Amino acid sequence: MDLASRLRAGDAAALARAITLVENSDAGARRLLSELYPHTGRARVIGITGPPGVGKSTLTDQLAVEFRSEGGLVGVVAVDPTSPFTGGAILGDRVRMTRGAGDPGVFIRSLATRGQLGGLSRATGDVIKLMDAGGRDVILVETVGAGQAEIDIMHYAHSTLVVVAPGLGDEIQAIKAGIMEIGHVFVVNKADRDGADRTAAELEMMLEMAPDRDPGAWRPPVIRTVARDGSGVSEVRRQADAHWAYLKREGGLEEGRRRRAASELAAMAGSLAERHLLEWARISGAWNRVLDQVTERQVDPYGGAEVLFREYREAALLSRTPGNAGGREEL
Amino acid sequence: MGKIIRVLVAKPGLDSHDRGAKVVARAYRDAGMEVIYTGLHQTPEQVAEAVVQEDADVLAISILSGAHEVLVPRMVELLRRRGRGDVLVLVGGVVPDDDVPALLQAGVARVFGPGSRLDEIVEFTRRAVEGSG
Amino acid sequence: MSEDPGKTGRRDAFITVSGQAIERLYGPADTAGLEYQRDLGDPGDFPYTRGIQPSMYRGRLWTMRQFAGFGTAEESNARYRFLLEQGQTGLSVAFDFPTLLGYDSDHPRSEGEVGKLGVAIDTLADMEILFDGIPLDRVSTSMTINAPAAVLWAMYVVVAEKQGVSRTQITGTIQNDILKEYMAQKTFVFPPRPSMRLVTDTFAFGAREAPRWNTISISGYHIREAGATAAQELAFTLASGREYVRAGIEAGLQVDDFAPRLSFFFNSHVDFFEELAKFRAARRIWAREMRDRFGATSPRSWMLRFHTQTAGCSLTAQQPENNIVRTALQALAAVLGGTQSLHTNSMDEALALPSEEAVRIALRTQQMIAEESGVANTVDPLGGSYFVEALTNQLEEQAYAYFDRIDRLGGVVAAIEKGFFQREIADSAYRYQRRVESGELVVVGVNRYAGGQSSPVKLLRVGPESQRRQLDRLARTKRERDRRAVADALDRLRAAAGGGDNLMYPILDAVRAYASLGEIMAVLREEFGEYREEAIF
Repeated sequence: MDLASRLRAGDAAALARAITLVENSDAGARRLLSELYPHTGRARVIGITGPPGVGKSTLTDQLAVEFRSEGGLVGVVAVDPTSPFTGGAILGDRVRMTRGAGDPGVFIRSLATRGQLGGLSRATGDVIKLMDAGGRDVILVETVGAGQAEIDIMHYAHSTLVVVAPGLGDEIQAIKAGIMEIGHVFVVNKADRDGADRTAAELEMMLEMAPDRDPGAWRPPVIRTVARDGSGVSEVRRQADAHWAYLKREGGLEEGRRRRAASELAAMAGSLAERHLLEWARISGAWNRVLDQVTERQVDPYGGAEVLFREYREAALLSRTPGNAGGREEL
Repeated sequence: MGKIIRVLVAKPGLDSHDRGAKVVARAYRDAGMEVIYTGLHQTPEQVAEAVVQEDADVLAISILSGAHEVLVPRMVELLRRRGRGDVLVLVGGVVPDDDVPALLQAGVARVFGPGSRLDEIVEFTRRAVEGSG
Repeated sequence: MSEDPGKTGRRDAFITVSGQAIERLYGPADTAGLEYQRDLGDPGDFPYTRGIQPSMYRGRLWTMRQFAGFGTAEESNARYRFLLEQGQTGLSVAFDFPTLLGYDSDHPRSEGEVGKLGVAIDTLADMEILFDGIPLDRVSTSMTINAPAAVLWAMYVVVAEKQGVSRTQITGTIQNDILKEYMAQKTFVFPPRPSMRLVTDTFAFGAREAPRWNTISISGYHIREAGATAAQELAFTLASGREYVRAGIEAGLQVDDFAPRLSFFFNSHVDFFEELAKFRAARRIWAREMRDRFGATSPRSWMLRFHTQTAGCSLTAQQPENNIVRTALQALAAVLGGTQSLHTNSMDEALALPSEEAVRIALRTQQMIAEESGVANTVDPLGGSYFVEALTNQLEEQAYAYFDRIDRLGGVVAAIEKGFFQREIADSAYRYQRRVESGELVVVGVNRYAGGQSSPVKLLRVGPESQRRQLDRLARTKRERDRRAVADALDRLRAAAGGGDNLMYPILDAVRAYASLGEIMAVLREEFGEYREEAIF
């Protein structure tokens, strides 16, 4: 059996190998993905994000067990940062995923960011598709948690959990800066610690102050958990389920599908166009000519880019094969 | 983007000495590899499952408890059964010389005893993975 | 100006094994701030920098205590009798990994580990054999046990009772230092908070019932073995000590009731002067902290008493005979630093558990230092040395700097939960390894003078038959005991764990009914949960 068939049959080793191909932008990855694409769009994707040290991995592990108890297969994507100095990484999220890790029904894959900002790895979207095609009913995606605004998860997840914990200093301030808007469920983890009530109250207050919602719109709940011993975790799942039901009911699911498809299509089209334009510019010599002008301050970068684009379009029109100026296979 | 070597550093059994595992993990990272660390007290089944899911090229087992005779062959066997007999298996830690042949026989590529150099471990790993790839 | 003599040397910089810079020469300026009465004091006087007794080794030598244990209780009992016959003066029990983690020998996770690195103890029946023929009113016993310390101590108490030795007579130590498990040694079971309750329960039980027993041995040894520097070992150990004192006081105990039973355990590593300065600094810091911070009024609360083990991580698998000499130097530093008891490593311990011959040489090393070298004839012979005093001050300053950082993180438990110690230690371990590999630090026989053949060392091996015998006995004990009594005792333990009563008493009852270590720990695991650490690199 070929890789795609084995993957679709639920073979963990095949899924694992396919993920590696995608991560490495292997020559076969593109074909594999297009072969599997019709079989995706089935899984439910839940993002888990929040500042460092709030217990995201432990919560993710507990949620995996929760969803498993309903009988479905679970996939977990755990992202850790790549060292900018060496290109290497230490991926340690599995250490806290011991409950799920003992169960072959939970497929955990650790990814390194490999230079990508935004809290995820560049391959995350494709990895989700592979897990989806591989029969995983629920896919939990845990972001890096390095404390930056990790909002990329909103492009992939149906529901996003924002996790905070008391006693980490300015955690509320930190999430205000960006991830507040993307949360569908807020979790105050380590709720057995001092300050949990205050943290929860502050979150509630900020949600109150959010711009007016339409009547009937989703109101993000604030849940307290102690992921270490599992308390509150089933409530998180119930609220995630409620959000899922809300999306289905209100058409948000369809809308989200189209939105995600649009953002992927736009991203792909953009990168395709960029690559072709730059390749043409290098081959035709336009690049060096315009670069010299920009370096010498004869043209500003924006103006230089317009020159390149105009010349590219003219060349493309002349050759009557738009997008084939470089004469190469795309992507 | 090219192939990045993925190493799973495992501490099977009840052995809790993790100094060596952590130092080696850092050395692999600093050599540009991706290291998956699974933590202490893993069963052979958990280690094998993790190697499969993570699609690791290398399984680096750190063991100082003397339980290598039982645990290491079991992990190698589990990997074979899961279709991952190709994984490069290394053992580091306290293994008496007399036990080394049996481990090599079982499928371990090399045993790194006390006093091994990090450079040597990293180089051996890179050559073995790239040679087989 | 004449040429600076410091500029001409074999190396650009001279550093200790911890990476601390050492000057060419120390003189009066380096100890100018030192006031004899305030900062040193005579031996036996506050702040005990020069030692805790006026006569030190002229009165009584340190306790020679070799850490031992392997296989079954029978095999370890034979080793203990051998050591006592060879002139050892105290016992030190090493347990296997299943015991350290509170699993019985028949637990699936114990396979391949039973009796491997220590003795396997499942029930009171094993403990009875372990101390068979050893008079517990005369021999003091140290047990390296942490998460299940209360259970093993309870077994010891009951074995002593069966010998007709009362609780008030027994002497010895349980390690019981759970904080350093989270920092470095990693044989934890429960989360920090319930673990601290077990610790304070043993403090209270000891203060009330077993006044000659050391209820804790606050241990830097494992912190150092995990890769810490001397300053980190010193600071993290004493920070734990402060945390235990706080916990005892918060649990309602009077500081002078339990503080005299706190003991310490340090590593003696390869850098001779750094180590002995570390021991001296430890005594001074502890005395001041106990008196000035915690208001202890009994001098016995101020005195830091400690056991020392030479550095296992300094032993080399290459040219193992060299380890005899290495260990001798480390032992000498411990003695000149004023240790109360000492374990010297055997030359083959980088490879396996020590053979009888190797253990004998290690013990003889201590006896030579004690009886031949003359260093035990006078107290603190290096006190007043410019270099030693300067280094002592420097280590003290570094320890206080760490105390500040730990306090700012919210104390030891909070710092553990934030991975502070783990990260500091991992960084030091990695730096050390890089220094060795670059040749900046010399390890004789490994990265220099590595040539030559070394004779093969005969190793001690624990075979599968030990595990089989252990499993047989456990099965027999479980068959023959009163099942009802076991179930009742475990129920009472569960109820106590859910409430606030001292857990030592229900544990004693359970042990007496031959409930196994694994069964007792399983009840506590259910009540307290299990700890998982973060991956800190």
